[in-house]
Amino acid sequence: MRQIFAIMWKDLQVEMRSKESLLSMLTFGLLILVLFNFALEPSPALKRQITPGLLWITFLFTGILGLNRSFSLEKENMAIHGMLLAPMDRGLVYFGKFGANLLILFTAELLTLPFFLLFLNMPLFAHFWWIIGIIILGTIGFVAVGTLFSAMSTNTKMREVMLPLLLFPVSTPILLAAVACIREIIAGEPFGAFLRWFVLLVAFDVIFVTVSYLVFEFVIEE
Amino acid sequence: MNTKYDKIFTSDTTPVKLLGYFLLFLMFFSFLLIAWYAPVERTMGLVQKIFYYHVPSAWVAFLAFGVVFVCSIMYLTSKDRKWDLFAKSSVEIGVLFALIVLITGPIWARPIWGVWWTWEPRLTTTLILFLIYVAYLLLRIFSGNNERTAKFAAVLGIVGFIDVPLVYFSINWWSPEAQVHPQRIGMGPHMQVAFFVSLFTFTVLYIYLFIRRIRVARAEEAVRDLRINQE
Repeated sequence: MRQIFAIMWKDLQVEMRSKESLLSMLTFGLLILVLFNFALEPSPALKRQITPGLLWITFLFTGILGLNRSFSLEKENMAIHGMLLAPMDRGLVYFGKFGANLLILFTAELLTLPFFLLFLNMPLFAHFWWIIGIIILGTIGFVAVGTLFSAMSTNTKMREVMLPLLLFPVSTPILLAAVACIREIIAGEPFGAFLRWFVLLVAFDVIFVTVSYLVFEFVIEE
Repeated sequence: MNTKYDKIFTSDTTPVKLLGYFLLFLMFFSFLLIAWYAPVERTMGLVQKIFYYHVPSAWVAFLAFGVVFVCSIMYLTSKDRKWDLFAKSSVEIGVLFALIVLITGPIWARPIWGVWWTWEPRLTTTLILFLIYVAYLLLRIFSGNNERTAKFAAVLGIVGFIDVPLVYFSINWWSPEAQVHPQRIGMGPHMQVAFFVSLFTFTVLYIYLFIRRIRVARAEEAVRDLRINQE
């Protein structure tokens, strides 16, 4: 446990000092919303309809920015070698990186949320805790595979391009379940109405975290 | 590498040649069955005949990706390059046949449904499956030919295949009312004969292409080794 937190803390400290990831993610998220507004010119009814999907599209795209940096920093300074030399299980490295990525992306998502209230009139406060809960669950699944693929894509020629190509098709089930949950919550449906989607989302999280953890050691060994 | 394995995949051995001729005969035979033996479907008409190519192609695509999944696990546990070559060879065939499914499907759908495409579970799953393995091929191209690439590819071969039922399941819930894809076709006995012969033909085609593709992969390896030795 201590090793996991040490890796997490190291990543978070780098981020807190530079704020590079957060700032770029936040600006990018805002830009996506502006672009979508002009591309679709949504009426109030259409706004309600597209909000859940747009929310997750924005999170996915901004997530890519953060995940791309996660392992490129390690590689740039050969820091990954130091981490691999440390006497600990490779799986702990995975959970450390996963935790840091999760926290950074979640912070970016929290900071982007007000714009959804502002531009799309999303009923944020009526179901605040539910929305936050679903965002955390969706982000867990996405970042779980994302961390794994990020470790892979940094070692390819087309680094930044490769990650979304790998991650988007594989994370479709997460996207679907997360969008469905948010859609029902915003529509004011009771928990029973989206219970099955909720269970599915949790199940996907468990599967993705487990599988990514199991195969991670093959991705980073030199 | 053991010699038996070497023999089948490196040289034009008689069994492989015979398999090729057998395949040629099968293809001709199943074409005759599809064109003349199987009756024209009453409501859909002639366009239904595409089914004899569409469904076997889908079967071959899933079979190929299943083989990739198994070979990927075998590679990661044994680190034997042989499994990597197998996976690499099978992916290409799978992508090709998934593409055939995605092309023949709309050709059939347009006259029957009136649209080329709908976001229905089977169609969507096939499309996403196709995209995952296209990314797999790109990953191989972009990360060069080395042991690390083989590991990355194996990891994606495993994660990608586990993803397939998840995708199907979630899309099935997403739009259950859109289940327009035929689930089971009522086939007359003549249709059944044509269909199962076609299914068998496609399976043999897969096996033949697989063996041939491995042969090419082995040749590529040999050329690379020669080049390295010269330097």
